[in-house]
Amino acid sequence: MASDPALFRTNVPQRRATFADGIILLTLGVLFYAGLSLARSIVRPPVAVEQISLAPGALPLYTLYSVSRMLAAYILALAFTLSYGRLAAYNRRAEKVLLPLLDVLQSVPILSFLPVVLLSLTAVMPQTIAAELASVVLIFTSQAWNMTFAWYQSLTTIPKELREASAIFRLNTWMRFKTLELPFAAIPLIWNSMMSWAGGWFFLMAAEIFSVGQESFKLPGLGAYLQTAALQGDFKALGWGLGILIFVIVIMDQWVWRPLLAWADRFKLEMVESDNPPASWFYDLMRNARIAQWLERRIAAPLLEWVDATLIRRRQMEPFVEIAEDRPGASFYLATVIGAGILIYGGYRTGLTLIQLPVNDWLTILGGVLATMLRVFISLVIAMLWTIPVGYAIGSNPRLAGWLQPVVQIVASLPATALFPLLVAALASLYGGLNLSAVLLMLMGTQWYLLFNIIAGAAAIPQDLKYTSALLGVRGWERWRTLILPALFPFIITGAITASGGAWNASIVAEYLQAGGKTLSVTGIGSVIASATAGGELQLLLASTLSMILTVVLINRLIWRRLYRIAEERFRME
Amino acid sequence: MAVTPTLLEVRSVNQLYGSGERRFTAVQNINFSMKEGEFVALVGPSGCGKSTLLRIITGLNKPTSGVVLYRDNVLTGVNPHATIVFQTFALFPWLTVQRNVELALKVRGVPAEERTERAVALLDKVGLDGFENAYPRELSGGMRQKVGFARAMAVEPELLCLDEPFSALDVLSAEALRGELLELWTAGDIPTKAILMVTHNIEEAITLVDRIVVMGKDPGHIVADLMVDLPHPRHRKSPEFIAKVDLLYATLAGQTQLEQIEMGTAPGEPGHTRALPNVQVANLAGLLEALAEKPGDRADIYQLVEELKVDSDHLLLLTEAAELLGFATIAQGDISLTALGQTFVDASILVRKEIFATRIRRLPMFRWLLNMLGRADTHMLEWDVIQSALELEFLPEEAEKQIDIAVNWGRYAELVAYDDSNGKIYLEEAEMK
Repeated sequence: MASDPALFRTNVPQRRATFADGIILLTLGVLFYAGLSLARSIVRPPVAVEQISLAPGALPLYTLYSVSRMLAAYILALAFTLSYGRLAAYNRRAEKVLLPLLDVLQSVPILSFLPVVLLSLTAVMPQTIAAELASVVLIFTSQAWNMTFAWYQSLTTIPKELREASAIFRLNTWMRFKTLELPFAAIPLIWNSMMSWAGGWFFLMAAEIFSVGQESFKLPGLGAYLQTAALQGDFKALGWGLGILIFVIVIMDQWVWRPLLAWADRFKLEMVESDNPPASWFYDLMRNARIAQWLERRIAAPLLEWVDATLIRRRQMEPFVEIAEDRPGASFYLATVIGAGILIYGGYRTGLTLIQLPVNDWLTILGGVLATMLRVFISLVIAMLWTIPVGYAIGSNPRLAGWLQPVVQIVASLPATALFPLLVAALASLYGGLNLSAVLLMLMGTQWYLLFNIIAGAAAIPQDLKYTSALLGVRGWERWRTLILPALFPFIITGAITASGGAWNASIVAEYLQAGGKTLSVTGIGSVIASATAGGELQLLLASTLSMILTVVLINRLIWRRLYRIAEERFRME
Repeated sequence: MAVTPTLLEVRSVNQLYGSGERRFTAVQNINFSMKEGEFVALVGPSGCGKSTLLRIITGLNKPTSGVVLYRDNVLTGVNPHATIVFQTFALFPWLTVQRNVELALKVRGVPAEERTERAVALLDKVGLDGFENAYPRELSGGMRQKVGFARAMAVEPELLCLDEPFSALDVLSAEALRGELLELWTAGDIPTKAILMVTHNIEEAITLVDRIVVMGKDPGHIVADLMVDLPHPRHRKSPEFIAKVDLLYATLAGQTQLEQIEMGTAPGEPGHTRALPNVQVANLAGLLEALAEKPGDRADIYQLVEELKVDSDHLLLLTEAAELLGFATIAQGDISLTALGQTFVDASILVRKEIFATRIRRLPMFRWLLNMLGRADTHMLEWDVIQSALELEFLPEEAEKQIDIAVNWGRYAELVAYDDSNGKIYLEEAEMK
């Protein structure tokens, strides 16, 4: 892994909370409400639940299904990223809405999307296809947001002179995308894609087996296989499943991500050669293979040339490069008025639904939020306790980093959710077993963000500062206090922000578990949401989801944003 | 004799930023034109809007009002006959040298073989043969800028615009590249009809160009339009050359006006608030000390640039500060120490601080700042509060820089202090009577 701190600039809202934030929260609430009402109004016949076979022979096909689902979701996420990020970066008026919306969207618990998506899909298509699509959309929601932020940030940080050069040399939209924007964003996009795939595996378990109200869905796939195996206590099948999963993740790492990173090294903006660029045996092999070279020269290059030529002829460039602050037209105002009307009515109906919720449920939600907050906090503290020393050790020792990093990366992309049922089974006998395993699951899902950031931070501590503190004889705790912790601070904060967001989202799978007909759960907002989903209590689902979004957004605004600013202003070494 | 056709005409161009109450003029009422065969320099202190003007001329930016005519046609977008060589080169780091040049040809629909041929020929012309497959990061600054020139030439521009093309280079590379540019231009074997160069380097301008348009700041406007009718090659030590340089410095420095205008008004009051020149007190003291060693306590500004080995832009800021504070006067490109300046030079550190304090108190901006702090609770105000007040006069970035300078000067004078950990600016104790 390259120690590139810029990759880890996180998606902390740098703007002040605006009017738009309120509007977006309201809109989201209304949309949820509308989806749920739609869902409730449709009567469906019961569905046959597909049986998951635990024979190892079924695994190849299941793996293929799961990977296809992930791929479909990733392609969707990429398309979303490119268009949404571009619109946000180039259109001032759209930016004002799209950015806060993205902020909120990434705090929406993934499982809360499920009933809305699924039930509105079943309204228009056969149930099996709808379930399949819902699963893809669910995985999509675990992949898209961080990629979109990375793309948006890259677009807005392209140096002004490069932008002007592409205008003065008349690059049209396509050529600008190909020669300027995509190369500039390539490295952050690849890193975020890797993170997205890891996140996708994590939630695959929840995206292939789920129940909404009376209906349960099982989609054939690796996630469903692992879940079923764990629930039936079939350790042999579980072993097979995990083996295949690790195999797929390693293959992806070696055949896709590493070659991509090695290839993308050319897109580094620095004007100096890097000391140890990312390497990949597979990439080297491909680059030197005759057939690959022949394909590149004879097929790929002419094809690309043809595409370029066609698009250059067809599309003219836009006249002025500066981002225009155009005046909104009449249609814009009309749309605003209509939108506001719908929003007010929808808000009224949503509010009515929320008011009708019994006080007891609100108390449950409040207690849940507090309990989950405590769990998130504990898991963060535990994660910091081990990742700071270990990350520092790895980051400040290139030799150690050389062989440990790839291992850590693979371990990090193993979905903790696959092991979760096992964990619960092992800890269930202990007092507070599920509580413990809930914290552990949050920890396993999120500690890696911290670790990677700290490794990057440790590698970035200037050598002369280390020498100085050695010369001054600063040792032990004093050395940590005056040199290492301040230097790591921005990286710790950046990692912790991502980790805490992930932990909140993981609470839904961590606090509630249906195993072999019985339900295990602990107090927490995640379990409220999960049980409301399973029980089909749509009113409660609406209220708890909105509460969680509000909590996460508030925590981001009130705590993380401030810490991040302090980190950027006072501790960033330039 | 046939009349040389006019290539470019800028008619009453204004550029404003921001909106509503916070509207700032970047350039004001610019009128000028260029004929075929001219090599013109746009010269002025930093912040006078010369780069903005260049971007308006090439069609990258749209002026708030006024028009740019190119061959009598109003420009409505990026001028297809113009190109820019950028200060930071603006090469695509992921493309090889040759691909960088080819890209400019590709988007104009030149077929692949011809592209390669022309790119190689151009790289040959600027002396980069053998480096076709190198990436920009493998090249020195001077070589990168050669790629910038080759790329610009590739599109055969009629109007070649140069935006501080040599200022990011080391002295020797810059000198060599200037010579090569002049050779290409005077030999006439490039299709370029005119060159417009933005620079703050006065000597560079006089070495290269036929005509110099001098700009002033606050807001950016044209001060003078001078011809440089010296034959090439020009010798820097020749009396004609030195006379031109002196004339230019005289135009740029010390356009002393009535005291009220010179000092400006306090922020928030009607009238223009004078921006503090961005200089360190230590450098200002250094300049005054250098002056005191001169016979008659006076020196030619151009000679000072040579002797002190400082950037001319920086020296002009220093002379501006010296004059603003009454330590020196400027006339006809010469700067001389005043009696006060002499006292300052002779004084001990503590007395220097006192003199400096009394001088900056006279500046409306400082008076305003001290007043605000004096009226505030515990004589303390948040940086952000002062910044938002200043943003009525300056763009946000500039406002921040102004507070930076004020804090810096105020700290030296022991008038104000700033605590970075809580972001508060406060009066020093002696001030809290």
